Amino acid sequence: MENGFSSPRSESFPAGLRVLVVDDDPTWLKILEKMLKKCAYDVTTCHLAREALNLLRERKDGYDIVISDVNMPDMDGFKLLEHVGLEMDLPVIMMSVDGETSKVMKGVQHGACDYLLKPIRMKELRNIWQHVFRKKIHEIRDIEHENIDIIQMSRNGSDLDDGHMYCGEDFNSKKRKDFDKNDDKDFGDHSTKKHRVVWSVDLHQKFVKAVNQIGFDKVGPKKILDLMNVQWLTRENVASHLQKYRLYLSRLQKENDLKASFGGIKHSDFPPTDPAASYGHQSSINLNQNDVANGYQFCGSNFVAQDAETKNNEGDLKIVSEIKRTLTADVSDPQKMRSSQSFSHSFASLETEASYPAFDSTNPPEFSWSENPETQIKKEHKPHLQLEDGYSQLPPHGQQHQIPINQLQSDPAVTSVLSLTGRDMSGSIEIKPLFNECKSKNVSHVSPTESAIDTFPVQTKSQLINHQSFEPISTVISSMKPQGFNLSITDLESCQRNLTSASDPNFAPINEDLTVWLQGDYYSMNFGQSIDFIDYDDPGFLAEVPFYLYDPLTSDFQCPIDSTTECPIVDQGLFIA
Amino acid sequence: MDVVVQLQRQLTDHTASLFHEGFLNEQFNQLQQLQDESNPDFVVEVVSLFFEDSDRLLNELAKALEQQAVDYKKVDAHVHQLKGSSSSIGAQRVQAVCIPFRNFCEEQNIEGCLKCLQQVKHEYSLVKNKLETLFKLEQQLIAAGGSFPTL
Repeated sequence: MENGFSSPRSESFPAGLRVLVVDDDPTWLKILEKMLKKCAYDVTTCHLAREALNLLRERKDGYDIVISDVNMPDMDGFKLLEHVGLEMDLPVIMMSVDGETSKVMKGVQHGACDYLLKPIRMKELRNIWQHVFRKKIHEIRDIEHENIDIIQMSRNGSDLDDGHMYCGEDFNSKKRKDFDKNDDKDFGDHSTKKHRVVWSVDLHQKFVKAVNQIGFDKVGPKKILDLMNVQWLTRENVASHLQKYRLYLSRLQKENDLKASFGGIKHSDFPPTDPAASYGHQSSINLNQNDVANGYQFCGSNFVAQDAETKNNEGDLKIVSEIKRTLTADVSDPQKMRSSQSFSHSFASLETEASYPAFDSTNPPEFSWSENPETQIKKEHKPHLQLEDGYSQLPPHGQQHQIPINQLQSDPAVTSVLSLTGRDMSGSIEIKPLFNECKSKNVSHVSPTESAIDTFPVQTKSQLINHQSFEPISTVISSMKPQGFNLSITDLESCQRNLTSASDPNFAPINEDLTVWLQGDYYSMNFGQSIDFIDYDDPGFLAEVPFYLYDPLTSDFQCPIDSTTECPIVDQGLFIA
Repeated sequence: MDVVVQLQRQLTDHTASLFHEGFLNEQFNQLQQLQDESNPDFVVEVVSLFFEDSDRLLNELAKALEQQAVDYKKVDAHVHQLKGSSSSIGAQRVQAVCIPFRNFCEEQNIEGCLKCLQQVKHEYSLVKNKLETLFKLEQQLIAAGGSFPTL
């Protein structure tokens, strides 16, 4: 049957089916090879999963189906299954001598199209072509559905004159051609083979970017498709890819949960155990922040770029807020004041008033998140809060006030990051997680780390504190113990005064520009979830942003910061309404 | 010709007993059916691979179980592998011992594991001997000018 298959194999399908067999057992590998050859299939064998992936990646369109053992030394068969599904979208058959229901279930969950028990009979292998064929049919159906949609859309949108409809048809055929990626198919050929969508790295990146933009929790195949803007991609392609991606992320999340917390930051407490959720938050924040983007973005991109790797989970959140202003943020990070240089270094945009929330998961010592080492400062949870005018007074240049940042006590990385985007900020404010400080309730560990502070770029942007944005944070945030928060408030006030005094007219813009990242319950707890900066009369208060200084150089920080990125600086003090 | 007939009978009997006594199962037949002109030594090759792999696995098992702090996960992994490869040629008695062996691993029962190791070694050597005899008979038969039917 030649339906839907490229010519070389079409005459004698399923003969010539290109099978890749992966099994670490040499005996089985040999047997399977022989069996498959007897079925007139085109067999390639390898005994390592990594090798298999390499082969698959090298020849993107070189195989029709993969058969893999479940237990392999270098990589779990299920993991290979996922990779193949995500990257190459090939049908995968799992094999094992172990037929436990749970294992079979796992196989199905990870997307296997069949699960064979060893010893495998030849007759079982004879029929594997059905999986390949089935997939093709589904893809063709998808195209047809898409085409129908397109036709309908074009009809609806057109003036209903023939010309338009005709165009629609043309478009349809053209689109189908694109889908098919076959130039030699004619319009009416429904049996056109649709090339399997190969999710290349680029394509996948686009996909992930789109998902980020939309917000993981709000994501939907159509939205993603629209954002991706890839002509030949269908909604079905995206839908199935999205499903796989979700599985992949949730698995990663679980892995992260199991990993030792970074410096005590436990992932498990991460509220959105479903990376999607956190992802969503993150992405939503991302959206908010386009101008500031920054830290958030950076978190987001960090998240994304890392392919949802553990980094995200590991409190990559380093909230680094550098406020380049005359305000000096006091970062009462007992551990250290991160030099803004380093920060800016990593963020690469000192000049732009960017306060980057640096999520540095590798700074466990720096953050002594009060008693919760597990605060995961997940960027995801940071809603973008903008501080209002009252907030604008960043600590004056040269003054360092420590703002106790207790926030992230709870697990969900509550990191309030206040991003100040102050154009004229000459000082830099370092924001550090002053958890320790909080404990000590001594806000004024104002350490004269002027130098560091000075260099922090502070960007204040006119940002209104967004109560709404707050909300999600609180939801995301697990209860934080506002340790010393109250104290910090007082301290902040004092700081504030200091700040105020030192404030220069440049601070004014801060008000508008401050973006406050609130994370976790801290804010909700302390502020009753309302960032009433507005209410805050004392303009100097803004200065009390607890700036978290994070060492931007931490390895985890991977956000590509361009000039537009900003570090949200979380000012705990700000939220003291 | 007598020799051939004799050898043939010997071979047939020997093979039959292997099956009767449960040393081999249907899977072995499958292997024999896979053998053809393009691959006349297929069965021997596969079985040789099995021997190599199993020798290695049994060594690993012995080593792992000798440790002060036995890594049962590792032991279990090896047993699982052994189970898989014995299933490939149909060495069902070997395969059968692997089942309680894995259970003991899960229970972290060193006694049970050691006992199973003994048993599996025993079964393995039995089937190995029998197969080697089988192959020798086959060779003799061919050398004598005959051919052996596949069951």
